[in-house]
Amino acid sequence: MHLVNIDDVEMRYGGPEGTLAVSGLNVKMDRGEFVAVVGPSGCGKSTLMKLTTGLQRPQKGAVVVAGQEVTRPISIVGMAFQNPIMLPWRTTLDNILLPLEIVEKHRRRIRTHRKEYIERAEHLLELVGLKGFGPKYPWQLSGGMQQRANLCRALIHEPELLMLDEPFGALDAFTREELWCVIRDLHAESDVTVMLVTHDLRESAFLADRILVLSARPGRVIADHRVPFERPRDLDLLFDSDFNHLVQDLHAEIARARDAA
Amino acid sequence: MSGARKGPTFIQLAPWIYTAALFLLWEGAVRLFALPVTFLPAPTRIAEAIVQYWGPIWTNSLQTLYTTLLGFVLAMVGGLAIGLLIGWSRSIYAGLYPLMIGFNAIPKVAVVPILIIWFGIGSIPAIITAFLISFFPIVVNVATGLATIEPETEDILRALGAKKMDIMIKVGIPRSMPYFFASLKVAITLAFVGSVLSETVGSNTGLGNMMAAAQSRFNVPLVFAGLVMLAIEGIVMYAIMAWVERRMTGWAHRSSM
Repeated sequence: MHLVNIDDVEMRYGGPEGTLAVSGLNVKMDRGEFVAVVGPSGCGKSTLMKLTTGLQRPQKGAVVVAGQEVTRPISIVGMAFQNPIMLPWRTTLDNILLPLEIVEKHRRRIRTHRKEYIERAEHLLELVGLKGFGPKYPWQLSGGMQQRANLCRALIHEPELLMLDEPFGALDAFTREELWCVIRDLHAESDVTVMLVTHDLRESAFLADRILVLSARPGRVIADHRVPFERPRDLDLLFDSDFNHLVQDLHAEIARARDAA
Repeated sequence: MSGARKGPTFIQLAPWIYTAALFLLWEGAVRLFALPVTFLPAPTRIAEAIVQYWGPIWTNSLQTLYTTLLGFVLAMVGGLAIGLLIGWSRSIYAGLYPLMIGFNAIPKVAVVPILIIWFGIGSIPAIITAFLISFFPIVVNVATGLATIEPETEDILRALGAKKMDIMIKVGIPRSMPYFFASLKVAITLAFVGSVLSETVGSNTGLGNMMAAAQSRFNVPLVFAGLVMLAIEGIVMYAIMAWVERRMTGWAHRSSM
């Protein structure tokens, strides 16, 4: 039983004459799996995210998540984008608690059980290395710290599926590697299923169990790599020759996909 | 920057220095060129007029302040409501926006006689004119605040099952507040323009009426006294709005915190 099953999906924006974003798309993800999605730019990676979360409905095919066809937004997902988009009028803690004020299961409880939720948020802050930063406003945090807080917000309602859309694209190399380790540890500690959309091939190879390579638009899966490296992985892996071979193979595949377009 | 600690800095004093310089220049120019008082009275002459006519100036100032503030409050409430409404729905936006632009383009001086026909001479035409003239910038600003919500923010909240109302309350309204409060500074000064305009065209009270009457008697110092009072009221109300803005949406002005 897959947690996510995208079956022969076609998605076109802007009416029958519009752009065909994805076509013949098939993606299956097991519960607890970490799947990275890479591909040339404009290959429909964001469309894949929107289809999986129910923000968009496909014209053809079916998207099934947790045994149910996705016909509207499903609240078992947490999302984080490249832009951390913290709300500047809320403290970091209140930003992290925001999903709980929305999700049906929690919104009735948050007033009465606020303390319990704050404890959960503070636990998350500690996991990502932001202990004690809850009362600070987002603009008092650096870019890397905001992205850590963003991860906390994506995880606060204990989603079964975590969707990350180039979450570290705007960070410097060292901060990015630190956050890879944060994600790695979060994934190891829980049974959350992760879909990571990224341009960074090293990132995908370091973090994922499986890497899907998409073709140029209209996007479909042209390769499905199982990442063989043992967990727990540490940053030394980045200098391993098998690791670099995998990254080179991925790079070559994407270059071919771009040329084919 | 050793001087920064003791007493006010030059920047804090600058408004007073510049204002004093303006009045000094004015006084000097009037004396130097021996301008007749019916052309341009010197500041000292205006001050004399303020003292001399303090009774009527005070009551008329209060009257103008009253109509301005009432019109402004109506514009604030109505502007916020309409702004949220057109930010809420694209079809309401599409329908209402051209109408509002049309109304806004109508010179208010042409509307005042109609208001007087409908409501008679008195405070009501001044209040409505103040409302009409200050309403538009508030609507536009609130709608802009709502229209510029990041799509990613909406995606994240919608993916969690947020309804349109949730997004409005959690993001839209707080986000449009800095725009709203900024527009109040513009709106309050416009409201003065509206009420004085209406008082000048047809009224028997208010600073506008007082200045029109003074002008017809060639009492130019009193006309200028009215202008000075208006300027003072405008600055005070603007300062209050700026203070409210900082109090309510300090998070949007973090660079100066």
